[in-house]
Amino acid sequence: MAGPAKFDRWYRRTVVGIPYAWLIVFLLVPFLIVLRISLSQTELAQPPYSPVFDPSAGWQGIKDFVGALSLANFKLLFGDWLYLSSYLRSVTFAAVSTLILLAIGIPIAYGMARSPQRLQPILLIAVILPFWTAFLIRIYAWINILQRDGLLNDALLALGLISAPVTWLATDTAIFIGIVYSYLPFMVLPLYASFDRMDDTLLEAAADLGCPRWKAFWLVTLPLALPGVIAGSLLCFIPIAGEFVIPDLLGGSNAQFIGQTLWTEFAFNRDWPVASALAMVLLAILLVPIVFYQAVQMRALERR
Amino acid sequence: MPDHPASSPDRPQSITPMVRFAGVSKRFGSFTAVDNVSLDIAPGEFFALLGPSGCGKTTLLRMLAGFETPDAGELLLDGQNIIGVPPYERPVNMMFQSYALFPHLTVAGNVAFGLRQEGWTRSAIAARVAEMLALVKLEQFANRKPHQLSGGQRQRVALARALAKSPKVFLLDEPLGALDKKLRDETQFELMALQQRLGLTFIIVTHDQEEAMTMADRLGVMHAGKLVQVGTPAEIYEDPKTRWVAEFIGEVNLFDGTISGQQGDLASIDTRAGRLVLARKDGCAEGQTVSIAVRPEKIELAREPVANGVNVLHGHVVDIAYLGDLSVYKVRDEHGMIVKASVANKDRRAASLLHRGEEAWLTFAPDAGVLLRD
Repeated sequence: MAGPAKFDRWYRRTVVGIPYAWLIVFLLVPFLIVLRISLSQTELAQPPYSPVFDPSAGWQGIKDFVGALSLANFKLLFGDWLYLSSYLRSVTFAAVSTLILLAIGIPIAYGMARSPQRLQPILLIAVILPFWTAFLIRIYAWINILQRDGLLNDALLALGLISAPVTWLATDTAIFIGIVYSYLPFMVLPLYASFDRMDDTLLEAAADLGCPRWKAFWLVTLPLALPGVIAGSLLCFIPIAGEFVIPDLLGGSNAQFIGQTLWTEFAFNRDWPVASALAMVLLAILLVPIVFYQAVQMRALERR
Repeated sequence: MPDHPASSPDRPQSITPMVRFAGVSKRFGSFTAVDNVSLDIAPGEFFALLGPSGCGKTTLLRMLAGFETPDAGELLLDGQNIIGVPPYERPVNMMFQSYALFPHLTVAGNVAFGLRQEGWTRSAIAARVAEMLALVKLEQFANRKPHQLSGGQRQRVALARALAKSPKVFLLDEPLGALDKKLRDETQFELMALQQRLGLTFIIVTHDQEEAMTMADRLGVMHAGKLVQVGTPAEIYEDPKTRWVAEFIGEVNLFDGTISGQQGDLASIDTRAGRLVLARKDGCAEGQTVSIAVRPEKIELAREPVANGVNVLHGHVVDIAYLGDLSVYKVRDEHGMIVKASVANKDRRAASLLHRGEEAWLTFAPDAGVLLRD
């Protein structure tokens, strides 16, 4: 009977189809819309861009529509230092923050993985616990801590480390503090997973072969945790490069992240096409580390 | 019963032992893993620590490697106290049960790892790695990663890596456990040849008595943290000191009884299977409870009554196990005791000596068994 086999086939298609359906509706379609707007010109109209596709004009309508699309917005982006410096600032902050996150996250994750077994679930929960409170509220809390008469200055003054209040808020330092604080769990969790999976016998073997503990960390532990290092770095670098809230709330007004520039174009200038073009270029920039990660993954798979 | 190394006959006493455990104990919480172990191992000796899992043999080995610290006692390596010396400063190397090869390094990288720690020059390392890989016949696998090798090849990488630094003592923790039977047998002989060629002291931990007896010059049998007997494989097999050792090593028939009389070299013991006569043992007194241990191959099996009157048991065959090289007959005697006797199958086509249910007579000489005081 063909019934069960047919059902099987349909079942399999449905299961496989669910992620595709999701990605088409929520990734591909929005992407195409943004791409199309990025190739349009801004208009004081509703919608605020042209050309508008007119299906009633038939074949001629399609031809007119495609003919009116242009790369002018992209030329504008690459010709104006304002945009380029925004990209540069975002990527630089993302890179530096990722390095700081690695420097802080590796000892934390390693310490967690080396903790007594019964403590590890508690430590894990403690790392995830900040998510119980909304991201925005936690950043607002940092404004309180970093402001002139805030907790940080109070503490430093009380300890005698500074003699007058220091300006923290609206500086690059404040942005770094906010970013590192917010993204640390995304760095610690994949690193912890890598360290936790490590076979302790390998460290014994290293010691047996004449390698002291601190050296074994560099020669054995860290190389084996490399997948975690890469995963954590990407999980941090990519969203930081697109970050908007942290630089907007904690940073100064003298320079902008690309997310802020995009928001300005979109909300204040009502220039949807340029905002869309900004998003497209950011996407292209962030594709570089992702492709690199994929290549590393593929190589690791081939070696298996 | 702790062994006194001075009583071991086939070893000169003048040389410094390569390894000396003196009254070593180790506890984990309330569990005593190693209980007052004293043991000397001579330079160039192939020594096996044998015992069931959890007997403390691995803990003893790990103390030597430096991964565990004794709670009491002394631990000397080539005359030097090594308690407190970290593992990376000890001139011993270990082959781990899981091999513990570094998955991110190639075969050559694994073998070179220990040499790099010692600050060898690049060319010296390359030469030594090539030498070690030739020793274990893995030259053409130098650039492979461990996961691209078979179990037997991995085992040889672990061997090359641990031997590369020419340790004073080479420790092997259940080295053949992960190999199949045929490869295990081959590797046993390779290890023995290697040990003879290099002249190093090998200490192997195993739960496999056949492996221990095949390879080792001497064995130490461990039970519940104690070293119960030390001796050559033949001594341990033919002259077990306790009932536990007799049962742990090989097959054995045990007859419990009391000494009813002693004349000359012989003692008579009253057991469930009747009165048995055995070579007497110093320090045994009449009325003492003892056990008699007799290996199945030391028992003669006959289908006719035996003329000689000593140590004759009469019963019926209840089971026959054909093992290829020999057959083991289980005979239930008149008193309900099951006695095992093994017979070598010398003739390919010979019919079974006896069949199940047939009458059988068992006999063994007074010096075929061992008297055990427990």
